[in-house]
Amino acid sequence: MKPAPVKRFSVRRALSGAGFLPFIVRRLLVSILLIFGISFISFSITQLVPGDPVAANLGQSAYSDPEIVAAFKKEFGLDQPVPVQYIKYVGNLLQGDLGVSLSSKRPVMEDLREYFPATLEIALIAVFFALFVGILLGTISAMTRDRLPDQIIRVFSLTGVSMPVFWTALTTFYLFFFLLGWAPGTGRLEPGAETPAQVTGLFTVDALLEGDFATFRQAFAYLLLPAGVLAIYAVGVLTRFTRASVLEILGNDYVRSARAKGLPEFTVIRRHVLRPALLSIITVAGVAFSSLLAGSVLVESVFSWPGLGQYAYRAAVGLDLPGIMGVSMIVATVYILMNLLVDVLYRIIDPQMREAG
Amino acid sequence: MSLSGITKRGKMKSNSIWRQPLAVVGVSIIAIWTFLAIFAPWVAPYDPLSQAGDKFVPPSSAHWFGTDELNRDILSRVIYGARTSLPYALLLVVLSALLGSFIGAVSGYFGGKVDSVIMRITDIFFAFPGIVLAMAVAAALGPQIRNAVIAITIVAWPVYARLVRGLILNAKQNDYVTASSLLGSSSLRTMLVDLRPNISGPVFVLSALEVGNALLLLSGLSFLGLGAQPPTAEWGSMVSMGAVNFDRWWVGLFPGLAILTTVLGFNFIGDTLRDALDPRTAKALRN
Repeated sequence: MKPAPVKRFSVRRALSGAGFLPFIVRRLLVSILLIFGISFISFSITQLVPGDPVAANLGQSAYSDPEIVAAFKKEFGLDQPVPVQYIKYVGNLLQGDLGVSLSSKRPVMEDLREYFPATLEIALIAVFFALFVGILLGTISAMTRDRLPDQIIRVFSLTGVSMPVFWTALTTFYLFFFLLGWAPGTGRLEPGAETPAQVTGLFTVDALLEGDFATFRQAFAYLLLPAGVLAIYAVGVLTRFTRASVLEILGNDYVRSARAKGLPEFTVIRRHVLRPALLSIITVAGVAFSSLLAGSVLVESVFSWPGLGQYAYRAAVGLDLPGIMGVSMIVATVYILMNLLVDVLYRIIDPQMREAG
Repeated sequence: MSLSGITKRGKMKSNSIWRQPLAVVGVSIIAIWTFLAIFAPWVAPYDPLSQAGDKFVPPSSAHWFGTDELNRDILSRVIYGARTSLPYALLLVVLSALLGSFIGAVSGYFGGKVDSVIMRITDIFFAFPGIVLAMAVAAALGPQIRNAVIAITIVAWPVYARLVRGLILNAKQNDYVTASSLLGSSSLRTMLVDLRPNISGPVFVLSALEVGNALLLLSGLSFLGLGAQPPTAEWGSMVSMGAVNFDRWWVGLFPGLAILTTVLGFNFIGDTLRDALDPRTAKALRN
């Protein structure tokens, strides 16, 4: 009997399958609810902790003048009852308005548009680097289970997740900038260098769009060290996770059959082991990406990287509630989008999910 | 790694952990730091606050780790730092494990509406940028290490809640739990007597795994100036002095190594414990 022809895998077929649209709509609705939940909880927590944003943002002499205090409260809507403040916040949120920052006195949305791409740029490079290295090391580790390479990789990956990132940033900066002179320094570009016109806000991409290769090279050189430091933790997480999932799959009968068939080991690993393992690896990578955004707070403070982390720090210290809320909302939105993306990728990779709808 | 030394409920035969080299290294590291923390006044060569002598002396035979910007001996401060960092990291883990387990237990035990509301709230906390919220809370409460612990507890409990809820949902199906409630046990009694043994093992392992993370977050907040305050010897804030004087490499290097080794020690232990648990619980812990 001739075996049924195996259908070639196609992304288009995966996405056009029955139930895909309702699935996306349902997930989007849940995501929107989640975003409102996050706005509610971050608002409640910032209201519950005792701390006077007025005192934090006005100077000593201005704070002792009741008229200035009243004007400040009125300007930022702090004179209204808390529930009213929240309802107003949500109303503005629906129109894409995140309020005005108490410390920078600019719309939070404008601030985020400036600071977020800087962090996105290092986080994206870090996550792709971590995926590549993590999957490679994790697979090697699983295939040499309990032998020397495995032992070495396990200790390395455990060390990766145990390093205080602010310290790694500091020591690598000392080594590569101060001692070796390989790294260019702090910031995103040389002091005084002209920044490329903002299209995406990612300096490397914007420079390429302008065809300015000198600026591209410079921007790339500046982001290598912060991105590399940021990647260390994610490399550790992904290596450990890949090892675990590959080990789990290696125990299956179909892997033994594939080997018994005489397939080269590389093909067995690529087609029969890594493909199914990718499912869970992608999930973890999604979560790792949002933890990179959070980890950037510490890395950016060492490299004076003008990103979301620095902005979050200033907002927190200045008790700038709209600023804190804005950062929480954007990181949470990225987290939710990553999860959504992971779910879509799941359907592309996993045939069972495709048919189950 | 063999799974032979494991009994059903996720406990191990008493000696199996000692066959794992990583665990032995981990336990040794933590034992050394604990010893240094307890006997700091006898072990440290100088008073950690004494400003006698010169500033920024590079490592030498008199000052193995050099001195900092206020002439203080860094080795002594690193040793005394263990007295701040270790207890607060442990306290942080105990607090978040208790809070998270309680919330997870209520959610799993009562099920229904209570469960779905609690789990949605947990989802929201997972989507949160923990350190951003912790920074905000720590800044609002005032920069103090005690407040940093409170701030991190507020963002760290959901992992425990999710784990405990799952474990309770599984354990609830056991006949002896049904029997116990039929015999008239109160909810509290059922939870503490019948269900608790099922969850304590995994929660303990998760806590061991989380001590390292707790220490990283706590020293991170101190690094940003939102945790321990000067002149207290604390590793994170010592590294931040190294960031200000980054050309004096020894100021930041040694306190950072202290954090690294301690976190590594706890992770070695936690990792071995997790591998020794039964595979299903171990998998739940990995996510």
